[in-house]
Amino acid sequence: MMATLELELPRTSEPRRPSVWMARLGDVAYPAAALVLMLAAWEWGVALLGIGAYLLPPPSLVVRAIADMASDGSLWANTQVTLIETLGGFAIALVAGIVVGALIAQSRLLERTVYGYIVAIQTLPKIALAPLFVAWFGFGLTSKVGVAALIAFFPILVNVIIGLKSCDVGKIDLMRTLSASGWQIFRWVRLPSALPYIMAGVDVAIVFALTGAIVGEFVGATAGLGYQMVLSNSQMEVPKVYGVLMVLGLLGVLLHGAVELVRRRLLSWVPTDHHASPSSSH
Amino acid sequence: MTSPAPIISVDRLTKTYQSVAAERVTALADISLSIATGEFVTVVGPSGCGKTTLLRILAGLVGQYQGRAAIRGTPLKGPSRSVGVAFQDANLLPWRSIIDNVLLPAQVLHLDIKASTRRAHELLELVGLKGFERKLPHELSGGMRQRVSIARALLHDPEILLMDEPFGALDAITRDNMNFELRRIWMQSGKTIFLITHSIPEAVFLSSRVFVMSSRPGRIVRELAVDLPEERPLTIMGSARFGEYVVELRQALDHSDAVTPAMPLLKAA
Amino acid sequence: MNLSRAETWLPPVGVLVLVLLWETLARVGGISPFVLPAPSSVAHSFWVGLRNGVYLQHAMWTAIESLSGFVLAMVAGITLGALVAEVRFLERALYPFLVALQAMPKVALAPLVIIWLGYGIGSKILLAALLGFFPVLINTIAGLKSCDSGKVDVMRALAASRWQVFRMVKLPNAMPFVFAGANVAASFVVLGAVTGEFLGAKQGLGTLILLANNELDTAQIFAILIMLGLLGFVLFASVRFAQRRLLSWAPLEASPQP
Repeated sequence: MMATLELELPRTSEPRRPSVWMARLGDVAYPAAALVLMLAAWEWGVALLGIGAYLLPPPSLVVRAIADMASDGSLWANTQVTLIETLGGFAIALVAGIVVGALIAQSRLLERTVYGYIVAIQTLPKIALAPLFVAWFGFGLTSKVGVAALIAFFPILVNVIIGLKSCDVGKIDLMRTLSASGWQIFRWVRLPSALPYIMAGVDVAIVFALTGAIVGEFVGATAGLGYQMVLSNSQMEVPKVYGVLMVLGLLGVLLHGAVELVRRRLLSWVPTDHHASPSSSH
Repeated sequence: MTSPAPIISVDRLTKTYQSVAAERVTALADISLSIATGEFVTVVGPSGCGKTTLLRILAGLVGQYQGRAAIRGTPLKGPSRSVGVAFQDANLLPWRSIIDNVLLPAQVLHLDIKASTRRAHELLELVGLKGFERKLPHELSGGMRQRVSIARALLHDPEILLMDEPFGALDAITRDNMNFELRRIWMQSGKTIFLITHSIPEAVFLSSRVFVMSSRPGRIVRELAVDLPEERPLTIMGSARFGEYVVELRQALDHSDAVTPAMPLLKAA
Repeated sequence: MNLSRAETWLPPVGVLVLVLLWETLARVGGISPFVLPAPSSVAHSFWVGLRNGVYLQHAMWTAIESLSGFVLAMVAGITLGALVAEVRFLERALYPFLVALQAMPKVALAPLVIIWLGYGIGSKILLAALLGFFPVLINTIAGLKSCDSGKVDVMRALAASRWQVFRMVKLPNAMPFVFAGANVAASFVVLGAVTGEFLGAKQGLGTLILLANNELDTAQIFAILIMLGLLGFVLFASVRFAQRRLLSWAPLEASPQP
């Protein structure tokens, strides 16, 4: 199975720009215009086509629903819960993934034995275990942290293993001629060269953690944004469902953006590649 | 003695463009040359001197330029059917067999498939790749892939073949052999060939006229007529005459950045 | 080197040892079967479920949902991907949204899909399709844009039309990427189907899990999970098979690049 790596949306670069700042302006103007167009079409299209607010409420109602939830405190409270679940699960997955991955990468024997089964486990939709986690740990935060950690663990694990193994032999040989110890080689050569791969896994894992938390809340919870969605749904408060969805989307973007920032800092030495190779996000 | 109208004529060609940093860059400055039908002409110059830009203009891939560039007297506005191009990279489509790669122009130009297929087979034989029709590009070496690229460039029977450092990526031994093959193909097909290279010996071996370009902005600083026999074995590269030409060209290249106006063109003596 | 010989028999032996350890722990260790069921009971549940046809019946539903979602995801993903990659202003207008949507957990759309399509099979198919759509879309765009300019130059030198360039060069060149997306989509659609079933359904393996969960039958849950894994694997293997056939000219595994 292919390594777990996120595919980055490629940027076109075209020569022959009239000038650089005009191009940058276009980068902002086009999406902004598209956004305005879509919102306008949504707002008036709904009224025009007579779509009921129980199906597709216009943006105005959705915004009002968000404002309502913000003012009565439920929005922030639920966001906090989901955030804690996500970050908690992510942290566990990160530590466990790196430790287990490092162990497996160190021993060729262990790797050969275990890797095939890791691949097999990856074909199992682990999210199907969400109900089990709720049964084990109850409706509280713990079960969601567990699901989030479970799902986020594997991309990190696989990428740590591949990253550590990807270190080119030349650099290791260099260290060996300096009589470097195993730990020194790991710290100064293996780990840094594995970092791009690990960060790619982390990129994927953060969104997976959020996904796990949400599905956990779908299945059984008393708080959280996913719970709020299901609750509002059952209470026929449809604009709230859309509103929470927007907030969730924003949360995902922020979390992912934070990881991207860290990634850029840690990997400032990597030359930006413009070629994308077929890779998968799993 | 009146000479026939040139097949390619370039008159005071200038090309500027805006770089990514929004600077005005002059790639070509005031280029003038003319090429007669059936000639084999090479352009030598340092990297970045604009020779590829010149070739791309002749290939019709560059729309805007100042001055005049014409094929058979018709100014170039886009790709011309009288032109076939072989790029530095063979650019074969990896999902197609060799014969299907050669047939690409037939599909694009909607030529008669039967006639084209026959021609494709002939061309593959011409370039020495008979028997490789069904192979895939990844099964061929770099030199062989370039030969396919040449066959493809000739499929629609253009009068002119433009070649952009076609052998640059090959090892020296293969390169020498390919040079010999290319001259043979030229003599057998009678095409007009315009080839860019930064190898001076290659230029002298291949052509009857060599143009030397200066570094950016590219100008023609020298034109050399190569008076060597038509039939040239590779061993001619060791001859004194050959060596003299190489020295002359090297000197021209070394001094190409001196402030000399482009020399008036001389017809071959 | 006896290492390589060890490598061949160690994996299955290793797993056997693990399973035996698990079994003894479950029986003797005093752990409730609710927390850690013995492998034997998992196997038993699996066998029973298969024999009385329950597993297959529900698996059929999940399979239909997944497969339909997959087909939808492929068609929509490739079409939209082609549009975005080829129409420059579309790309510039939609690019930030695509990046944002990549970060958004698409499962969150599940309640919305239920609002639109109710609790029937339609909502599961749509959710599966939505989850599978993005990997295909992103990979299609990346694939179409990855075409190296040299090949496009060859076409342009022949004065090829834009459609010719797309059909004869860009699209075939993008196929390895599209398949990579399809591989990912294959697992995502199963995820979507199951999540949709979690939110409310009458049939399907997700429903079965909820039922087993209610009865605290953890062994059953693991057995169903394995069933789900098989389902996902079949889908994945089919995509791989098609890939091998259609892309005989390209390497099967692309080297992972950060």
